[in-house]
Amino acid sequence: MDKTWNNKAWFMVLPVLVLVAFNAIIPLMTVVNYSVQETFGNNLFFFEGVKWFQEVLNSPRFHASLLRQVAFTGLILLIEVPLGVAVALAMPRSGPWVAVCLVLMSLPLLIPWNVVGAMWNIFALPDIGLLGYVINAMGISYNFTSQPLSAWFTVVLMDVWHWTSLVVLLAYAGLVSIPDAYYQAAKIDGASRWSVFRFIQLPKMKRVLTIAVLLRFMDSFMVYTEPFVLTGGGPGNATTFLSIDLVKAALGEFNLGIAAAMSIIYFLMTLLMSWLFYTLMTQSEAEG
Amino acid sequence: MTSVKEGLGDKRGDVLMREQTTPPAASNAAGLQSASVMSGRGREARFLWLVPTVYIIFLMLPIYWLLNMSFKTTNEILGGFSLWPRSFTVASYVEILTNPVWYNGYISSISYVFINTAISVSVALPAAYAFSRYRFLGDKHLFFWLLTNRMAPPAVFALPFYQLYSAINLFDTPWAVALAHCLFNIPLAVWILEGFMSGVPKEIDETAFIDGYSWPRFFVKIFMPLIASGIGVTAFFCFMFSWVELLLAKTLTSVAAKPIAAVMTRTASTSGYELGLLAAAGVLTIVPGAIVIWFVRNYIAKGFALGRV
Repeated sequence: MDKTWNNKAWFMVLPVLVLVAFNAIIPLMTVVNYSVQETFGNNLFFFEGVKWFQEVLNSPRFHASLLRQVAFTGLILLIEVPLGVAVALAMPRSGPWVAVCLVLMSLPLLIPWNVVGAMWNIFALPDIGLLGYVINAMGISYNFTSQPLSAWFTVVLMDVWHWTSLVVLLAYAGLVSIPDAYYQAAKIDGASRWSVFRFIQLPKMKRVLTIAVLLRFMDSFMVYTEPFVLTGGGPGNATTFLSIDLVKAALGEFNLGIAAAMSIIYFLMTLLMSWLFYTLMTQSEAEG
Repeated sequence: MTSVKEGLGDKRGDVLMREQTTPPAASNAAGLQSASVMSGRGREARFLWLVPTVYIIFLMLPIYWLLNMSFKTTNEILGGFSLWPRSFTVASYVEILTNPVWYNGYISSISYVFINTAISVSVALPAAYAFSRYRFLGDKHLFFWLLTNRMAPPAVFALPFYQLYSAINLFDTPWAVALAHCLFNIPLAVWILEGFMSGVPKEIDETAFIDGYSWPRFFVKIFMPLIASGIGVTAFFCFMFSWVELLLAKTLTSVAAKPIAAVMTRTASTSGYELGLLAAAGVLTIVPGAIVIWFVRNYIAKGFALGRV
């Protein structure tokens, strides 16, 4: 878009800048400060350089939670994106049912995250929860508090339940923006269902799907509350993802140096992803 | 010059088409037309409604289970598995609505959510206008930096936030949580509003300025009504993300301003395992969300696409 060059626009951005900087830069500086120092209490700090970073990067514990995190994020992306697109494709484009579908589907997105965890806890209890009871009744041994596999199944299913609607809504927004003329042209050309999807719907959904994939990537990468409430990171460390591990180190064990170094590594990883996200987004916007 | 004009023409055409196709409650004629197009999909179209139906049933099952639990007595819950409450009771709801520990949780949650939504939307409006209309020194870097804050894991900030807000004496007030949530809600608000504003043709601004409108008057009288739905959707998203976040809200409060979701966790651990009470509190946290969704139902899909469809 043709925009005018005007440096006075800075005044319009200033309040945003002040508020966000207050919340972002001061805490970030605190974290950086801790990450290079050692303390023995009494507010005495000693400069330690990169010791904590070396320790974190070499610790098997960090590798394990990073691996779990990557596995979790990969798994939910593989399930949620195709499922969300499929549901969006099958939704009616107009009529009274659209509003009903949209409202019911967005409901999980507006439930406080720890309530989601508590709800799934109640839902999956092996003896009195619907899910746990049904699975056990089918003859499969299931208990998410003692079996790692059950815990993973429940955490992934919970995330699918919680967030697939986001993908549905985004894909749907992309689909309804396709003018009917496109479908009519495709019909005249005798296009198959698949080629309508491949050459009309998918390209039109590209931009919103980019947003969907990357939002899901980011949010699942920082997931904390739901799995924490559901499993507490257990059984053992089976569902201890990066955020859970970080909070354990910072508030549970009060290992300030380690926690701060972990925070920074973690933050740099998300920063890299954000950059990738932003580049992809602006590219697709320039094309579309 | 011509290419710019063509571009604008395209854009306007695009806006028109969007207007024709986006409102879900489109006219009957449009509905019939697209229905006839859809029938081109063949036989499978008849069973297509099954997919969203099954999906919605899957979404509703855990919510139903929560409702079911909330109407049972503790004895019945621990007594064994049952698909619906046999001895129906609203005792859990009565307890929550009469006990100040519980309902104060709701009041503090709602107050920080409203403060946050008001702050986020009002500071994001001029900023989003600047990003959508002007180029200025460092604009792209600034926009990217804002976005990185939406991507920052709250777990990273929990401890420093606690120290920061203790230092400025805001700890355990709704203001602390409202300000802390600005970290991710302001960038989101700027982002969504920028998307909606870029859909408004620039000629409208220029015409208004030629007519002698000052910028603030133009913005309030002409521009804001034009993007009213965008502002509504943005407020909805700020509400949503502030309402569902718990890690920071819990870290920044102890007694006076404890959010309802945190009261739930604490009560669950201190007063034994009162699942009925926990379930009823959970149901009550779903209600505000359900109400606000209803208001934005026609814009929700576009809103989730951040105004960029």
